Amino acid sequence: MDLLDLNQIARHEREQRAPIQICCCVAAGCVSADSQQVLDRMEQAVRDASLADKVQVVGVGCMRLCSQGPLVRVDPEGALYQKVTPEVAPTIVSGLQGGMIEAEPCDADSPFFKLQASVVLENSGRVEPERIESYLAAGGYQALYRALYELEPAEIIDVITRSGLRGRGGAGYPTSVKWATVAKNPGERKFVVCNADEGDPGAFMNRSVLESDPHRVLEGMAIAGRAIGANQGYIYVRGEYPLAIKRLQTAIKQAGRLGLLGTGIFSSPFDFRIDIRIGAGAFVCGEETALMASIMGQRGTPRPRPPYPAEHGLWGMPTLLNNVETYANVPGIIRNGPEWFAAIGTPKSPGTKVFCVTGQVVHNGLVEVPLGTPLRIIIEDIAGGVPGNGTIKAVQTGGPSGGCIPAELLDTPVDYESLAAIGSMMGSGGMIVMDQSTDMVDVARFFMDFCRDESCGKCVPCRAGTVQMHRLLTRIVSGDASKQDLQLLETLCHMVRDTSLCGLGQTAPTPTLSTLKYFRHEYEARLKPSAPESPALVGAATEASTASDEPPPPEAAAGNEP
Amino acid sequence: MAVQTLTINGQLVSAVEGETILQAARSAGIHIPTLCYVEGLSAHGGCRMCLVQIEGHHRLQPSCTMQATEGMVVHTDTEQLREYRRLIVELLFAEGNHVCSVCVANNHCELQDAAVEVGMDHVRLEYQFPQREVDTSHERFGIDHNRCILCTRCVRACDELEGAHTWDVSGRGAHTKVITDMNQPWGEAVTCTSCGKCVMACPTGAIFHKGATVAELDHGRGKLDFLINAREKKQWNV
Amino acid sequence: MERLKLATVWLGGCSGCHMSFLDLDEWLFELAQFADLVYTPFADAKEYPHGVDAVLVEGAVANEDNLEMIRKVRERTRWVISFGDCAVTGNVTAMRNPLGTALPVLERSYVELSTLHPSIPDQPGIVPKLLDRVLPVHQVVAVDAYLPGCPPPADRIQAALEALRQGRLPALEGRDIKFG
Repeated sequence: MDLLDLNQIARHEREQRAPIQICCCVAAGCVSADSQQVLDRMEQAVRDASLADKVQVVGVGCMRLCSQGPLVRVDPEGALYQKVTPEVAPTIVSGLQGGMIEAEPCDADSPFFKLQASVVLENSGRVEPERIESYLAAGGYQALYRALYELEPAEIIDVITRSGLRGRGGAGYPTSVKWATVAKNPGERKFVVCNADEGDPGAFMNRSVLESDPHRVLEGMAIAGRAIGANQGYIYVRGEYPLAIKRLQTAIKQAGRLGLLGTGIFSSPFDFRIDIRIGAGAFVCGEETALMASIMGQRGTPRPRPPYPAEHGLWGMPTLLNNVETYANVPGIIRNGPEWFAAIGTPKSPGTKVFCVTGQVVHNGLVEVPLGTPLRIIIEDIAGGVPGNGTIKAVQTGGPSGGCIPAELLDTPVDYESLAAIGSMMGSGGMIVMDQSTDMVDVARFFMDFCRDESCGKCVPCRAGTVQMHRLLTRIVSGDASKQDLQLLETLCHMVRDTSLCGLGQTAPTPTLSTLKYFRHEYEARLKPSAPESPALVGAATEASTASDEPPPPEAAAGNEP
Repeated sequence: MAVQTLTINGQLVSAVEGETILQAARSAGIHIPTLCYVEGLSAHGGCRMCLVQIEGHHRLQPSCTMQATEGMVVHTDTEQLREYRRLIVELLFAEGNHVCSVCVANNHCELQDAAVEVGMDHVRLEYQFPQREVDTSHERFGIDHNRCILCTRCVRACDELEGAHTWDVSGRGAHTKVITDMNQPWGEAVTCTSCGKCVMACPTGAIFHKGATVAELDHGRGKLDFLINAREKKQWNV
Repeated sequence: MERLKLATVWLGGCSGCHMSFLDLDEWLFELAQFADLVYTPFADAKEYPHGVDAVLVEGAVANEDNLEMIRKVRERTRWVISFGDCAVTGNVTAMRNPLGTALPVLERSYVELSTLHPSIPDQPGIVPKLLDRVLPVHQVVAVDAYLPGCPPPADRIQAALEALRQGRLPALEGRDIKFG
């Protein structure tokens, strides 16, 4: 395989396309709403009407408006249909010949689509995820070719540096710094790892990318491998994503067959192999040291850092660990140049970010916007705000590690620093919108329950602290708590945040702390009226809880602010 | 080997390159509380008792894994650390069923000592009273999970010193427990050599010699130290 | 000088702490110099009086009588001191808690292991009902100081009483707070 062959395949792919393409989403959201049947019925209709030379039905990736799926788009005109059922699907085909289309139209010019950007999701909803030819026709693997033949490893890192790309897993660490560190650290072997263990409730950005455009991630990883001098990559993907796993397996096989992965890529001396490692469902395995332990066949628990994976990673070798979306950004940067990328977003947070907007909004789905876009535009304009003219109470970003942002702060630009400044975090991109009916203490309790359940049990504060915090939150929700309980809860929040071993425990108190910061009255309103006089922590003997003596203030209240 | 000079609690301390803050502190006679740490076994970093404040680091760091470096300024006994350590011990007491008065390890227990050290005269948190098992299927030893603090010292001693790896950890969160072989009764664990190093390593009365009653357990920790010393330094004369 | 109005009460415990109190031996005469024992299992006072300066509470809160008593004690006492491990931690008294509720305990003791008339005692007003969960005193009412130990040795008790004599709450340090 050389560039000519590659272009040949791409050209052939474009040429053999029928003039009309009916694109049906076959990513998990729409598949769960029967889109495979929709696609089958439309193919049948094309055959029945003998239109095969003019019309082609293709399964593409996510078209973003997941709540209205299955989505079907007719190209080149771009007409979009939503909630397409297998029953009405054939009418989309017959409509091409002047028949009555019974499928519900979807406004492709609505702000939901028009206000979005397309960098990571450039090919999503356009290319066929299970056919490498389709990716090649969209310019796929050209960036890898450039990275092999036109750029030295150091130059690749330099391009990434100039693009300003930051890690999309949540923390926003400069990608090029990580790459340069791994490149510099000596090691017999080096590894590239893609973290696809997306575990936040309400987050499916990575899944969509993997299901819609898997080659993009493989290409990004191979470029990273070339840049840091690694010949082996691992994608750690959670077992709950069978479709993503299947598409990745297909993609790896196809790329290998064309010599785009494996030995002697593009007939160069560069070897790069990618293997999939499937997670067994532990949230903590999204933490990089736990993830590596899991890849190596050990128990998926984190270990203290330093040493960081960049110096002491898989099997003690320098290891590069990035998120799916980070790698998915790489081919575009190499292809279009760092200046193109740096011009998107803000100077400190360039590029775009994909969010999953869910909860009490009109349009649930995938939203890609330039970083720095105000939260209000994402929630109110793109996602359409709360249905039925309801009002937003808060937006939870960053999943169980993130915070609740109150409606007053909706004008906050969405970038790493701004979100951290208001006590939340970018996280991997989950965004849960809550309306006025939401009980914020219960929200905090929900996330604490999640962390308690997902704690790996290695360090004491996370293992035992989340249990205690959850218990206190439950007591507050059920109205059994006193002022002292609330104090104790805050003390524990600070302690668990400051002393836990890994990010899971360190951020487990964030939803509680942020709701305490912005919705404290909801906690206080739940405390027992006799609160100052009732003792802290009466156990299961409920009748005991009416005792009426003043307990000593918990000594814990003092001196724990870092 | 380069010598690093650092400051711990205002005292100048020297450390050999590669030494941890904990090791450097100990050789300078500065005490940092620990529970999961055993000199000579790999560091676990799970109990968080040995967390210290390092100037310029925004997070507290476990001194058992953090390497001492030149010019580091470390505080091991701030008011915040004292409060956090007390909470850690309280969390442990509230998490298991630790009844000192009827425990084989009474007066020989590192958890009990830790409680004294952090000034815990009562537990402010709610006791969980979990239902946990006692396994006495082994002919010489027993394990009472009620007293286990999941420090994994048994796991590491068995793996790293005895080379048997009978012990490991299963489950997660509050359901985490140490297990023998494939989570079968200890008496049926074929890899167990009955060497007793897990008893020596256990900080509490969780793993014990059968037949010992309240306050009678002698862990024999000295033997563990002897073995580690013999292996690491090839010294057999104590 | 005003004499200290001292009380001791016995909730769910083995009375070992009170035995240890008696181990004060000749110091009891010293105690008698400055304190009146206004309510205690050692004496025959029927009703817990009002206006008690300090009380040593032995035992955990295990049944409805304990609950009623400790609330009354709290109301009528300036300083409540948890006396011994059962009061401070639940200790042996609370070892039934992992079983969940009182019922399995009663069934085991009065039905399964009974040789004569297996039945769970049910004499309202005579046999107090067990609480489902045994609680340390401070989880039921506010506690002002803690005197751990199973039992607290006599010199620890003496140190606490010496503090009370000087009009301050005992504040134990070092090995004096050791459980067990």
